[in-house]
Amino acid sequence: MTLWEVDVLPAEGQPDLHGRQLSAEALDLGLAGRLSIRTARGYLVQGALDRRQVATLAAELLADAVVEQTRIRQLPGGDGNQAASPNGTGLPGGHHPPDGLEPPGKLVHVLLKPGVMDPVAQSALDAAGRLGVPVEAVRTLRKYWLDGLDPDRLDLFCGKLLANDSVELVIPGPLRLERLETGQPYRFRRVIEPLRELDDEGLRKLSERMQLYLSLAEMRTIQEHFRGLDREPTDVELETIAQTWSEHCSHKTLAGRIAYSDEHGERQFENMLKETIFEATRRIRQQLGDDDWCVSVFQDNAGVVRFDDQFHVVFKVETHNHPSALEPYGGANTGLGGVIRDPLGTGLGARPVCNTDVFCFAPPDTPHDQLPPGVLHPRRIMRGVVSGVRDYGNRMGIPTVNGAVYFDPRYLGNPLVYCGNVGLLPRDMWSKQTLAGDLIVVVGGRTGRDGIHGATFSSAELHSGSDVQSGGAVQIGNAITEKMVVDVLLQARDQGLYRAITDCGAGGLSSAVGEMGAELGAVVWLDRAPLKYDGLSYTEIWISEAQERMVLSVPPENWEALRALCAAEGVEATVIGQFEATDRLRLLYEDQQVADLRMDFLHDGRPPVIRQARYEPAPARPLDAAPPRDDYEPVLRALLGSLNIASKEWVIRQYDHEVQGGSVIKPLVGVANDGPSDAAVVRPVLESRRGLVLACGMNPYYGDLDTYHMAASAIDEALRNCVAVGADPARIAILDNFCWGYTDRPETLGSLVRAALACQEVAIGFGTPFISGKDSLNNEFRYVDADGRQQAIAIPPSLLISALGQVDDVRTCVTMDLKSAGNLLYQVGLTRDELGGSHFALVEGLVGGQVPRVDVPLAKATFAALHRAIVAGTVRACHDLSEGGLVVALAEMAFAGGLGAEVTLAGVPCDESVPSEMSGAGGRGVLARLFAESNSRFLCEVPVERQQQFEQLLADVPHARIGQVTAELLTIRAVEGGPPLVEADPINLKAAWQAPLRWR
Amino acid sequence: MSRPRVLILRAPGTNCDRETAYAFELAGAVCELVHINRVLENPSLPDEYQILCIPGGFSYGDDLAAGRILASQVRHHLADAFHRFHQAGKLILGICNGFQVLIQTGLLLPDDSQGRPPATLTWNDSGRFEDRWVHLEVARTSAVFLRGVQRLYLPVAHAEGKFVCPDQQTLRRLEQAGQLALRYADGAAERRNEGVKHPDPPGNGPWSAKVPYPLNPNGSMGDVAGVCDETGRVFGLMPHPERHVDPTHHPHWTRHALPEHGEGLVIFQNAVEYFTDSPVAVPVVGLRSVT
Repeated sequence: MTLWEVDVLPAEGQPDLHGRQLSAEALDLGLAGRLSIRTARGYLVQGALDRRQVATLAAELLADAVVEQTRIRQLPGGDGNQAASPNGTGLPGGHHPPDGLEPPGKLVHVLLKPGVMDPVAQSALDAAGRLGVPVEAVRTLRKYWLDGLDPDRLDLFCGKLLANDSVELVIPGPLRLERLETGQPYRFRRVIEPLRELDDEGLRKLSERMQLYLSLAEMRTIQEHFRGLDREPTDVELETIAQTWSEHCSHKTLAGRIAYSDEHGERQFENMLKETIFEATRRIRQQLGDDDWCVSVFQDNAGVVRFDDQFHVVFKVETHNHPSALEPYGGANTGLGGVIRDPLGTGLGARPVCNTDVFCFAPPDTPHDQLPPGVLHPRRIMRGVVSGVRDYGNRMGIPTVNGAVYFDPRYLGNPLVYCGNVGLLPRDMWSKQTLAGDLIVVVGGRTGRDGIHGATFSSAELHSGSDVQSGGAVQIGNAITEKMVVDVLLQARDQGLYRAITDCGAGGLSSAVGEMGAELGAVVWLDRAPLKYDGLSYTEIWISEAQERMVLSVPPENWEALRALCAAEGVEATVIGQFEATDRLRLLYEDQQVADLRMDFLHDGRPPVIRQARYEPAPARPLDAAPPRDDYEPVLRALLGSLNIASKEWVIRQYDHEVQGGSVIKPLVGVANDGPSDAAVVRPVLESRRGLVLACGMNPYYGDLDTYHMAASAIDEALRNCVAVGADPARIAILDNFCWGYTDRPETLGSLVRAALACQEVAIGFGTPFISGKDSLNNEFRYVDADGRQQAIAIPPSLLISALGQVDDVRTCVTMDLKSAGNLLYQVGLTRDELGGSHFALVEGLVGGQVPRVDVPLAKATFAALHRAIVAGTVRACHDLSEGGLVVALAEMAFAGGLGAEVTLAGVPCDESVPSEMSGAGGRGVLARLFAESNSRFLCEVPVERQQQFEQLLADVPHARIGQVTAELLTIRAVEGGPPLVEADPINLKAAWQAPLRWR
Repeated sequence: MSRPRVLILRAPGTNCDRETAYAFELAGAVCELVHINRVLENPSLPDEYQILCIPGGFSYGDDLAAGRILASQVRHHLADAFHRFHQAGKLILGICNGFQVLIQTGLLLPDDSQGRPPATLTWNDSGRFEDRWVHLEVARTSAVFLRGVQRLYLPVAHAEGKFVCPDQQTLRRLEQAGQLALRYADGAAERRNEGVKHPDPPGNGPWSAKVPYPLNPNGSMGDVAGVCDETGRVFGLMPHPERHVDPTHHPHWTRHALPEHGEGLVIFQNAVEYFTDSPVAVPVVGLRSVT
């Protein structure tokens, strides 16, 4: 057996794109000055192979004959490329560099750590097998030649730019490997974890040592349980309990008892989520009666609502914050991969039709020396997260059509990654039932050591040692495995081969089988689970969070048909157990019982978590005085160039947003395909005109002033984004994702409960049901600063509202780009003196002010009236007013349409809080009209010949004509004939908007 | 002749199969999605069809390079079957990943006498996947799929779509043979008509093509977006015609009156008409009532 190394380099005269990009990135990050980086892909290939066979592999599979060259050498070696392959092998193609053409500079190898998912190596191994070349193992690596780098900075450079030590190894100099590890055989040994005699300190230590993240009260409950059974638990029993009781799997904080107090008094919750958000949906469904269009809410892996006479639509948004902080690519990759399995595991399985992704990062220009230890640079996190989502979503063939990116320094230690997926489910397939006797079948990827302790880890706070301690929780996905699983499962579903399905998410088989068998009982034969490599213990098999696995409940008579169907497409399916009417969960390994737990203890035995929550409204504080100005164009440019508002085109273009052929309104619209759409519209059924609308709302800045109004504003924003493109406001379903700081602190939990109360009231007011949700708590980063002081960074309260709307006929949809000069411009909705938390306050450095509120009855009437006007065809363009207020919306509409506009502020509909006085520059009358972020407002373009009809349709809600579309300039005046407050060429405004995030 | 039958070849990671079948059916063909494993088990399976289409996606993950593993399968196990299919006067179409596969099989552009391929598709000059719409012009060509077509507006969505020949002579030889059928164009007139203020965006990198980025989205030599074989019956292209068969696919559809169909449909219609010798009545999409 031999070990070979194959290097693949750009051929003579071909660009080294990766090296070029890294050099630029090093410069941007301030890591190095002028530096030449050369790169190569490398493959380590092990097997009984001679040079000719390796050369065949290289030419046939590993390298491109036109633009690449290869070098092959046998390991262990060490003296460079003495073994460059001659071009006389008779093989087609390939330029081979002559000996001694080693690129200049220090050589560094980066390899994935053993056990980390390596899809490329797996593909190379499989493909070699198909060619009949006897390869035993493959690993990939990357090679870098760094020329011009100060040797003292090598470690720093590798750590900051080339490798991530939570998943990768850096090996400077030549490789001296002798063989690739393929795992050691596992020898069974049952592990008992005695706890009956432990005192509190002992229980605490046990929880910590096993990384169970269980509270003392929970450990005591477990202790009592096993005292009652008169035996000690096994390790896998404790792990199973910890996973089932984890925050991630059971939402014990928000679904727990909370004693809450605010300025209105005190309130006791038995189950906070149930009494607020679920309650809103219950009320709405009750009010709808026979017209209830919700199908399944808050019970399955995703929410289900009606779509048309053939299909329901399924929606779920998850977070994957902690893994993305440690390994942005893998964390985001598996975040999206995981949420796609939620609709797939809902009912009998929904076909995925589109994705949404929302991220929160610290500003990308954060200086390196301000990073706390253990934190990756936000620029690197953003690049990694975007690539992770891109590579999974694009490979799955699911269009990523909606998203947002928010920036705040407080996301430095805890970036947020929200991934969502929408699926389409035949109407008669929304429910499922597991029966005793059904086989437990795992389909898809193999089980490895990936993501051990992911579920319990997500309950813990991150700290500067997390990257070392929890590296095992980091996973990397393999999208093609999941795509193959989707392809066969939808066929199996339509053939009726299984009775129930769920995904293997956090907690792995433990939580999937535990959930499916909760009402029944199950026995699992752990040694039958297919493994990626030898050496996994029974516990590791049970709790592994290896990706791309689904668990099915299969009637025994259907097993052969399911097995054959999976085999026909190369998908692995294995019987690992059976559901049985025992009310127990039994785990066996090689016929030895390693766990025997009562289902009711597992699912209902957790002691209730009781928490205090307190909210004290911040004292009202008027907005600081703004500097007086005659010309607001510089402010407008600053707003457009502020990170939250700036164009996200660099991100959006990397996602395939048109695959599946149903794209109607794209994320970028307008004459040059670069204007910011409010929402995306897709037709999931190609033969039909019915559309789905996807949008979101989020306002972390408002939460600093009042989380009630933050939550209300987020709902309003998500709804108005849908309405702006043409969605029917009576048919929008929403999801909540709460990402918060440390909720053991009563003030932090209080701000969350307050937001949940807003969700309840506002949802009922709009008649808009929440159908699913998910939370991520304890997003605080603790570290010791340079002066030895303990520091903590908590994220701002971050509630994402995702909205799924519907439109009867997509041909009634509108986009936000202005269409033609001469058309009239209307503001719909009232402007109030609400500049608190606004982007104007942010760019001007002002504190205080009134946070935007929502007048729900008025907002509901406005959405309904505007929708009628859009369906009637009276609106040529529509854009919601949000970050940056009227002036930003106007600028975006103008440059997206390649047109200008003339607007007079005196006409803007305002309430009494806005002074009518508009003469003095810098006065509140001007500022509020230009920049306030009051909710429920739109800017509409209306052709002159539709003016009357438009005004009639909007007669009952605030609206007013404020100007008209022009051919060239954007001009805004306070009053008719007055001096311009803004006069700008939209082309220049667009340039300011595109500049900040136009990355290479 | 009755409606031609299309074999849409599916492999692990193929993901544009459904909408490609939809486009062919809209044009009047009858489609079946067939997994590569079925064809490997029975290489005479394609004989029952008139059109073979390899659609877009990430076959086998594109893990080693785009289309590499599927191309290797075709080269080693299906070369005879596909050659027979082609010799029978039938049509072969590769879209995006399908083009990346075809160009590595020798079906589109045969290897030279030393066994070297005359062209490849490699990483975009931008170094990343990009989804954007491109203006296209049809060169002098015998490609059946492009009969009567002069210009097209279609989306591309790929990371490895840069067309590269080993040298200028090869590029010129292919051009003279009418094989460089489809080219990225600057579309200045179209863009000016749409109201784009400065229709000539600045390039931002070194480009070896006449049309600047992002109009040539990947830096392809000769601005090549699609290639046909010497007979014109095998055609591969990076843009996605199946993503522009409905009028609401067009990114500016809200700005104009809606035509009946998108511009990409003609490619599928040409394929169908090649076998029917007369246009097939194309249904208008979405007549199904919606309430």
